[in-house]
Amino acid sequence: MNQNLPYLRPDRVEKLEAALAERILVLDGAMGTMLQRHELDEAGYRGERFAHGCDAGHAHEHAGENADAGGCERDLKGDNDLLSLTHPEIIHDIHAAYLDAGADFVETNTFNSTSISQADYALQHLVPELNRNGARLARAACDEVERKTPDRPRFAIGVLGPTSRTASLSPDVNNPGFRNVDFDELESAYADATRGLIEGGVDIVMVETIFDTLNAKAALSGIARVFDERGGRLPVMISGTITDRSGRTLSGQTAEAFWYSVAHARPLSVGLNCALGAKDLRQHIEALARVADCAVSAHPNAGLPNALGGYDETPEEMAKTLGEFARDGLLNIVGGCCGTTPEHIAAIAEAVRNVAPRELAAAARAA
Amino acid sequence: MNTRPRYTRLSGLEPLVITPETLFVNIGERTNVTGSAKFKKLIKEDRYDEAVEVARQQVESGAQILDVNMDEGLLDSEAAMVKFLRLIAAEPDIARIPVMVDSSKWSVIEAGLKCLQGKGVVNSISLKEGEEKFLDEARKVLRYGAATVVMAFDEQGQADSVERRLEICERSYKLLTEKIGFPPEDIIFDSNIFPIATGIEEHANNAVDFIEAAKALKKRFPHSHLSGGVSNVSFSFRGNNRVREAIHCVFLYHAIKAGMDMGIVNAGQLAIYDDLDPELRERVEDVVLNRRPDATERLMEIAERHKGGSQEKDDSNRLAWRELPVAKRMEHALVHGIDQFVVEDTEEVRKTVTRTLDVIEGPLMDGMNVVGDLFGAGKMFLPQVVKSARVMKKAVAYLLPFMEEEKKLSGDTQKSNGKIVMATVKGDVHDIGKNIVGVVLACNNFEVIDLGVMVPAQKILDTAITEHADMIGVSGLITPSLEEMANVAKEMKRRDFHIPLLIGGATTSRAHTAIKIEPNYETACVWVKDASRAVGVAQSLVSKELVNGFLAKVRSEYAEVRERHRNRGPAKRLISLKAARANGANFDWKNYTPPVPNKPGITVIDDIPIPELLKVADWTPFFQAWELHGHYPAILSDPVVGPQATELFDDAQKILKQIIDEKWLRAKAVIGFWPVSRIGDDLELTLPSPDHVLSPLPSGEGKIVLHHLRQQADKPVERPNLCLADFIAPKETGVQDWIGGFAVTAGLGIEEHLERFRKDNDDYSAIILKALADRMAEALAEWTHREVRTKYWGFAPDENLGNEDLIAEKWRGIRPAPGYPACPDHTEKATLFRLLDATNNANIELTEGFSMYPAAAVSGWYFSHPDSQYFVVGKLTKDQIEDYAERKGWTLAEAERWLSANLDYDPD
Repeated sequence: MNQNLPYLRPDRVEKLEAALAERILVLDGAMGTMLQRHELDEAGYRGERFAHGCDAGHAHEHAGENADAGGCERDLKGDNDLLSLTHPEIIHDIHAAYLDAGADFVETNTFNSTSISQADYALQHLVPELNRNGARLARAACDEVERKTPDRPRFAIGVLGPTSRTASLSPDVNNPGFRNVDFDELESAYADATRGLIEGGVDIVMVETIFDTLNAKAALSGIARVFDERGGRLPVMISGTITDRSGRTLSGQTAEAFWYSVAHARPLSVGLNCALGAKDLRQHIEALARVADCAVSAHPNAGLPNALGGYDETPEEMAKTLGEFARDGLLNIVGGCCGTTPEHIAAIAEAVRNVAPRELAAAARAA
Repeated sequence: MNTRPRYTRLSGLEPLVITPETLFVNIGERTNVTGSAKFKKLIKEDRYDEAVEVARQQVESGAQILDVNMDEGLLDSEAAMVKFLRLIAAEPDIARIPVMVDSSKWSVIEAGLKCLQGKGVVNSISLKEGEEKFLDEARKVLRYGAATVVMAFDEQGQADSVERRLEICERSYKLLTEKIGFPPEDIIFDSNIFPIATGIEEHANNAVDFIEAAKALKKRFPHSHLSGGVSNVSFSFRGNNRVREAIHCVFLYHAIKAGMDMGIVNAGQLAIYDDLDPELRERVEDVVLNRRPDATERLMEIAERHKGGSQEKDDSNRLAWRELPVAKRMEHALVHGIDQFVVEDTEEVRKTVTRTLDVIEGPLMDGMNVVGDLFGAGKMFLPQVVKSARVMKKAVAYLLPFMEEEKKLSGDTQKSNGKIVMATVKGDVHDIGKNIVGVVLACNNFEVIDLGVMVPAQKILDTAITEHADMIGVSGLITPSLEEMANVAKEMKRRDFHIPLLIGGATTSRAHTAIKIEPNYETACVWVKDASRAVGVAQSLVSKELVNGFLAKVRSEYAEVRERHRNRGPAKRLISLKAARANGANFDWKNYTPPVPNKPGITVIDDIPIPELLKVADWTPFFQAWELHGHYPAILSDPVVGPQATELFDDAQKILKQIIDEKWLRAKAVIGFWPVSRIGDDLELTLPSPDHVLSPLPSGEGKIVLHHLRQQADKPVERPNLCLADFIAPKETGVQDWIGGFAVTAGLGIEEHLERFRKDNDDYSAIILKALADRMAEALAEWTHREVRTKYWGFAPDENLGNEDLIAEKWRGIRPAPGYPACPDHTEKATLFRLLDATNNANIELTEGFSMYPAAAVSGWYFSHPDSQYFVVGKLTKDQIEDYAERKGWTLAEAERWLSANLDYDPD
């Protein structure tokens, strides 16, 4: 990121940096896990706007093979990000529940709000709107809570997910040189999403659940491009995913190599989320804590998935492990990923409440 | 504050941190179309598979960064760069190091940067076309996340004096750091290496100027680096590789001292300063340092004499060292990485000593100490040290059977002095010292569990727990490893360990251990100065623990071992089958769910493309078959057997091409998976559906039972007496487990071609063809196992191992073959073949003696348990043979016949 650009929202950054220096900040938990509780069906996902097949809010031409553009033909169930438009009240309530539980940050419901991911539903045209609305919902929830506790700022993080494609891995085992997406496509998709997030008012953008570092580098480049356009920047958070116990990202990097690959973005924080439970994440968080000159974050899953794809770690178990991380000086930011709930976040917030944050390097604050 | 030092931090799949202690970073130069005619040819002919192998060879010979250049007029350079970088991204053993994207065209560099997930290096940007373009490119370098080489080149041209070099580098540095905040540590100056000894007077001081400039630049910009294309300096001696290598070596020796810390070199071909012919070295040094006006003439005078390819290929001198006394010969072989004579030299020494171990502790260790000293003094580079280790390993491999024999005579087989978990710590790949210590400890009856290199603390400690280790040994060479060792100590304390921690490696010290490590773990941290001390330290540590409880008992065992050793006591002891079963491996079946195959039953895979198999082929045994010893592909450039190996390999490739193009051989595999449960040492299969119908079984009961044998060696409790059945869930647990089987061949159709060669009296080609078919069958077994792990059984869908890993067997699960050490009963192959209907499904026949035809075939079982491992059943007592005969429905005599090699007694 161009370090010479001013911050777009300097007042927020000042509060954020002050809070980070003072204590361990708490991220929210899973969005998907909470949405599952609503047991929405196809009609539920579609809401009124898409009830009649096509996007009532989108004037589009039906032409030839592209007949299902606008979400006409395909099932939309599972497109969680769409709920920011069709059921904003549900998303709002989830944000509010996490803030009540003690989260300092809420993450926007925009994990799949890129043109690449929305292509699965033929809803690419919604990208600006999904990001804008996702950002507004998160920021609105923060504003409500801040009105009650004005001395404690809350922050909306604009989430940029990994997409379903990988720029450094071939999907075809017989053709290792093949790619189904390249840097430029990713960069442009991420830039579009970032524009929407900034318009909707997020305080921070976060590239997260990174399983291919080249995707993340394209995202960071796209973000930098948008910052240049605006003549101002926001703090950036980066969070990778160690895929399994091999200790590597899906694209094969160690945690340390991953950090060196993204450090040029001079992020507010670097960390790891998803895939593993807290226990298995420890050594990789340690690796980052040793080498990173910015804040370190961890938002693991509630353990490893069980046979049914669910997550079993209780709030107490998770809080105990993450509390240890905190006491050992590894953390600045902590939260939860898949399988975590407001109960988990409340327990984690309690566990790190009076623990000093990992000491921040001067270099990171200067950034 | 944890502000990190300004080290250059690059990455491929793994990090590369360049610290002041990093002597010299080798940048591999062979993947460059402008520098390598061979690479250019491969790219132009679209032979990317082979081009990828060039990259692999560079990494294997020690390149720490890979320079990739596709600047060639007739190429679409951008497309070639993208294609090549994407291909090497799929090779974990290449992609682990950072890439240097090298082009004179910015568009090619940018296309390359868009393919790198790691932090690479741009080569290069400069002020050649003005400040605006320079800064614009530098900003993009920042945005893509890379370091960059900055050429000492400006609007006026290339810097060729000390002053111009300093002027341009200084201006570039200021612009980069002050205008756009470019990190100083990510700047690498290339201040132009120009040729010397060109006959033109103005060139005479070129090397001196570079070296002088290097001194000044390093002083002024301590965080930045100095690099250059080394081969330029010797340009005027094209065609005389020996003199060129000497010039490179002398030039680097002085340039590195002056501060040059990176260089584009042919990593596999660096000579050693101290080894240069003294006359040649002196005259080269005169030229490099411009010490006398007639330096060039004097070098020319002798250059012809020193011609003749590269130094090691010079026949006149090559074998002179064979005249030295044997200890000196061994030292020479170790320093030069020559393994040709090491076995005969080792044997010569062995005959003169009382204990075989004295050969290792004497001349071999002495030679490795010389290697260590030369490396420490910057006179040897890592690739050369790696070769030295290979020689050492070869010597030790030759000695092992003798030591086994001595142990057998002394009766202390299988009794371990203690178990040590050893590892090179996370972030470090240096393992020579650790390997030597491992060898020496193993020779001294310690059980060594070597976890390899770059091992995270968690894995070391987890292993120590699961293996019940008596101590942990950590090693490392680079300075960040010191911190990691302290971290290991901290973790041991946190996890409440009570076993000693041994610290070793070139940068470790008594002081560091005492000050930085021991306070983290008071229980016991011990610095081990060198391999020769390791045994003494380890032994006293084990003894210290013996004061109480279980360890006291162990001590008495050791005393007994030592006593027996002195007395050359009776033969080794086996335990009863009952006792062995009581000491079997116990797994926690309650908390383990065996993976269910994605495709149960039988699957036939036919016409597997041979090129697929080539990707996983292990070529080394191919050369062994011809009594050419050495590892592929190093063997091709081996100074001694290289020419023969290369010739043989070329001939084999020709036949291989025919095999592929004319479809001489057909590769076919049959695999199957069945539900199974363990009953004692037997496995009972259930056949879930009529799809799995077999040819009739002799027992007629329809029930299939697999029989296995159990180790009976007298082992300490922490080492179970293994039986393959242990890796399957016992019936009483109710856990549903699975077993697999396979039979594969790559020899279908071979006969007619063998016959043709025989008719032509061409035994050479016939033998090559057979050896190739064998390699393909082995590769097919490997390939099929991977398909099974990732797809058909599917318990490791994300497994992504390179060929080296495959050869090194770094995956989950095993595929033991009936008739081999873990299941020595060949007759079980009959059951396997019936289960698979292998004769119909894979066209493999089983002979009366249970060997397979075609000969190029492999068959065996698949076990999926994460802890399943290969082992040797070894000698068996009569009680097990009787038990086995009963289970098999054999008479005792039949059992004794089929298992004769395993009997520990003389049958009646």
